[in-house]
Amino acid sequence: MATTDAAAVGGEKRSIDAVDLFSRFAPLIFLLLLVAVMSILEPGFRTERNLFNVLRQVSIIGILAIGMTFVILTAGIDLSVGSMLAFAGIVCASVAKGTRDLLVGGVTDPGGSRVLLAALAAIGLGMLIGAFQGTLIARIGIPAFIVTLGGLTAWRGATLLWSNGQPISSFSDDFTFWGQGFLGPVPVPVVFFLVLVAIGQVVLKYTQYGRWIYALGGNPEAARLSGLNTVLLGASVYVISGFCAGLAGFLQTSRLNSAEQVAGQGFELNAIAAVVIGGTSLFGGQGGVIGTFIGAMLIGVLQNALVIRNVNPYVQPIVVGAIIILSVLFDQLAKQRRR
Amino acid sequence: MTLRESDTLREPVLRASGVTKHFGPVRALHDVSIEVFAGEVVALIGDNGAGKSTLVNVLTGVLTHDAGEMVFDGRAVRFSSPHEARSLGIETVYQDLAIAPHLDAVANIFLGREYVRPGLAGTLGFLDSERMERETKSQLGRLRVRVPNLGRRLVTLSGGQRQGVAVARAVMWASKIVFMDEPTAALGVAQTAMVLDLIRQVRDTGIPVVFISHNMPNVFEVADRVVVLRLGEVVAHLDPRTASIDDAVSAMTGSVRRVAAGEGATVG
Repeated sequence: MATTDAAAVGGEKRSIDAVDLFSRFAPLIFLLLLVAVMSILEPGFRTERNLFNVLRQVSIIGILAIGMTFVILTAGIDLSVGSMLAFAGIVCASVAKGTRDLLVGGVTDPGGSRVLLAALAAIGLGMLIGAFQGTLIARIGIPAFIVTLGGLTAWRGATLLWSNGQPISSFSDDFTFWGQGFLGPVPVPVVFFLVLVAIGQVVLKYTQYGRWIYALGGNPEAARLSGLNTVLLGASVYVISGFCAGLAGFLQTSRLNSAEQVAGQGFELNAIAAVVIGGTSLFGGQGGVIGTFIGAMLIGVLQNALVIRNVNPYVQPIVVGAIIILSVLFDQLAKQRRR
Repeated sequence: MTLRESDTLREPVLRASGVTKHFGPVRALHDVSIEVFAGEVVALIGDNGAGKSTLVNVLTGVLTHDAGEMVFDGRAVRFSSPHEARSLGIETVYQDLAIAPHLDAVANIFLGREYVRPGLAGTLGFLDSERMERETKSQLGRLRVRVPNLGRRLVTLSGGQRQGVAVARAVMWASKIVFMDEPTAALGVAQTAMVLDLIRQVRDTGIPVVFISHNMPNVFEVADRVVVLRLGEVVAHLDPRTASIDDAVSAMTGSVRRVAAGEGATVG
């Protein structure tokens, strides 16, 4: 690393790399481009209603993706979020209904404060599972991929076991409001999604905790030598992910008016896709929730656009897959240029 | 700089005696004793595997030793973590720098010791970025360290610039002693000169610097005292004003034991 710099330690001239710049803003540029093209081609795309439609479609996976962003920033992964969502959903449905008699046959829950209790049960369960998985990962040292892969299977099994494979359906208006209702023109799940994006961004950029997450993900050894509690820190992101999965489980159950055993199946991969497209590095230390928001929106708008344009729905996953690879490709190109 | 005759009158800042460390069957350190006095630069030299880094790691709390005693600032200590050593004013520049690559210089300098805003915002952990930046600038100005682009992520800086941040961080926080493991190994000529200058400046404020180096001209340029390790033992104490580089190399490799007291060296 011998430099020809004669001034002092440092003092190299700053160069703005076009590839580097492009790779950072590629998802946003692509999103804006897509929106612009669709707005011209399809008048129906531009409506407020369609915008909220897209937002509502991405909100559940978006919420999962926010928790996932924290996890991936520490170079971890959480494959269990889809299964946690289902388990939290079925548990919260049971809590809402309260007694065994209500679980079958379309009798609704009592509503009122019982709904709050159900929501807290879902979130609490998610955080508890997150704490358990986080402890195995950060304290015992089992790879995150293994622990949460186990979780992916186990919590799905727990969901099936809980109600013997039967869905729990039909809830009060109080309950379904959270998934189906509106605050003004904005669907309630979208409000949760946007608020969580804002909180996530503030926490990551402006608080000590956020800074430590980046330090831990970028160089765990440096974090440890700087006196950070890397075990607690490393486990905490799985609690955040569990919180998001629990909340998503409640919202999904409310939205579908039913807690299904297959709820959230494959959502973990969509959440990871949103995070990766949004520019958060799987190696940790780099990225953020604004990027994840853009990544989730990009997937949502793309799916919406393909539907409106009447493209064969089987093409959608192929396009999303291509975008995942492209977004990381740009990042790699930028890195190679930097060396 | 160091007045030898006054050593007996002064208490060392750090005194380690009889330090022994094994890694399984491998003997990394055997009965090593070292004293560090205020206002001196001590160079630790030795061949690969001589135990230099292990010794520094023990003295800075990264490793715990199997046997031996450490007296720091007049008190017997046994560090169980690097954090404990840091909280007592012992700072270290590690060989691999131990920086967070995706954070900027200010964030790295304050990592683990961030200032938070006053009041409720602080309780919630909100950072006082302006205060940290202001303090970084004034401290670095005082030490005459130039770190350009304080706001840039370190991953976008050159190796030399990153080294500058790591050294600046240690120097800024050290109140008792600074350890540096190969601080100039990755640097060019100008940057090396700057780090050596910095070592002198720190020493002149009374804070001793202990550094590991393979670069003999560097060692002889800046050190007040040279401690030679070989196969986990201290084999010589050299005075760079009278000893030669050949003496140092001989002691390191153990080839010819012609290093003798009276020639400015004492064979241990």
